[in-house]
Amino acid sequence: MGAKRAGIVGVGMTVQRSTRRDVSGVELINEAVRAALDDSGMTRKDIDAIVIGNMDHFEGINYVDTWSVDGSGALGKPIMKMTTGGTTGSTVAMGAYYHVASGMFDRVLAIGWEKNSESDTTGAIITAFDPFWDRPTFGGAVAGLALEATQYMAETGATEEDAAYVAVRDRKNAINNPFAHLRMESNIEAIMSTPYLAWPVKLGDMCPRTDGACAVVFASEDIAGDFPNVPAWVHGVADRHLWGYTSDPYVNQHVKGGTWFPAMERATRELYDKVGITDPLEQFDVAELYLPYSFAGLRYMESLGFCERAGGPALVRSGDTDMGGKCPVNPSGGVLSSNAIGATGLLRVAEVALQVQGRAGDRQVPGAKLGLATGFGGCYWSDELVIGKEKPEKARG
Amino acid sequence: MDDWREAQEVLVMDGGIKVPYSWSAGETGTTYLESLRDDKKFLGTRCPECGIVYHIPRRNCPDCFSECAEWVELGSSGELVTYTITRKHHPQLSPLKGVFGYAVIKLDGADTGFVHLISEFDESQLAKGARVEAVFAGEREGSILDVRYFRPVKAVS
Ligand SMILES: [Zn+2]
Repeated sequence: MGAKRAGIVGVGMTVQRSTRRDVSGVELINEAVRAALDDSGMTRKDIDAIVIGNMDHFEGINYVDTWSVDGSGALGKPIMKMTTGGTTGSTVAMGAYYHVASGMFDRVLAIGWEKNSESDTTGAIITAFDPFWDRPTFGGAVAGLALEATQYMAETGATEEDAAYVAVRDRKNAINNPFAHLRMESNIEAIMSTPYLAWPVKLGDMCPRTDGACAVVFASEDIAGDFPNVPAWVHGVADRHLWGYTSDPYVNQHVKGGTWFPAMERATRELYDKVGITDPLEQFDVAELYLPYSFAGLRYMESLGFCERAGGPALVRSGDTDMGGKCPVNPSGGVLSSNAIGATGLLRVAEVALQVQGRAGDRQVPGAKLGLATGFGGCYWSDELVIGKEKPEKARG
Repeated sequence: MDDWREAQEVLVMDGGIKVPYSWSAGETGTTYLESLRDDKKFLGTRCPECGIVYHIPRRNCPDCFSECAEWVELGSSGELVTYTITRKHHPQLSPLKGVFGYAVIKLDGADTGFVHLISEFDESQLAKGARVEAVFAGEREGSILDVRYFRPVKAVS
């Protein structure tokens, strides 16, 4: 049994809001699942297997896979929970893709969800850190990102205003996305005037805490013609997860001549080699990137090969990543507009699928054929997927 | 769902799960913490294959996957790799009072940085590469917080 090519044939997402108290977690999942099933012209009975994920400790429910069957449709079906922190949503997508690509399953449903409003987000995130070496002196998300931003500015000369450009861009894009949480016209001065959370990161630089869910149906090439939508094909995936202590990224940077974000750089190299990407800015028509805060929109562009080291500020200010530019980044508004963490990576995948299918509504990039979706997790992990309109010549890991 | 707030008052139940744990530092971590507690000395471990000196010490090199059995004594000063400053005090979360910083610090003799706190600084003294030194707690109990924080090394004139 050879590897099968797989395509995305259905997408469902809930409206993303700061609180969704009108539904329980199971019911929130169900909204996204129903939408994805409707979109793919299927019922629960047609699904062969389910992959689901959310952040550990966020809702305080450990057996999410079994707890959620009323909402997910998994009753009596193979179901697997995958949870990898911030990358959970993209890992769920990759897990569903692997199920189909293995040839063992034809129709697999990927689900990512979160009710951030039900938890103490920072309290829950701290449980990801080592009890001896990290938690007493460190924890949560904002301070870790601030350390990265400080170093990035020191090494490249990038400014807080450069970062603010990214926040303005993404939230403006979100105006075109009826599902997004923060949709606003803003400007650099407004972002600069928001209070510091941990220097140099300000409130306006950070993603919001969001409730929301996303579901995506992956189908085998053998049956991909049976659905109302033309499939969005997975061209390749790659991931690198590095983790020891909070300072892990530095090991590679300072000791072995690597750069700041070895996980993203290594995943990118592998993925681009497999898919044949040599000039991402020219070859990708769209990118949905997991940018959890504004500075990521500068530095990750470098790690993803869109520009040279320290070239992030010039790249984003050139307009090449704006709507109408060479490769619009985050037409959906991205993570800076909506961050229901377990859903977030899967939403990036869903958004790229909608783009290459030409179904992205007001946020559509005209004629988009090939796109990049990424997931980011702390401490500096990276999942990456290339999704395209054309069927790839073969299945790739 | 956009107008759900107007439709029905929904019941919300507050929860809080407290689960006790007893984490073991292991032999390597214990040797390190005992040295901090008893001798005020930082120890690292050296990988026999690639030669990297790890601080915090690791028993296994994550790259070579070989056992790092050799102990190396490190300095109690080092340089700032990067840092951030926190101005808002939270009684449950803030490990120090007042304005303080979180920093990645590379100790003299180590190849890797680690996360700790910085205090007693004037902000003009902070920069990538700035020299900092450890301030130990008077009463030490075998925790990374036996080092209260790091502070800028006073310039020798
Ligand atoms: Zn080694």
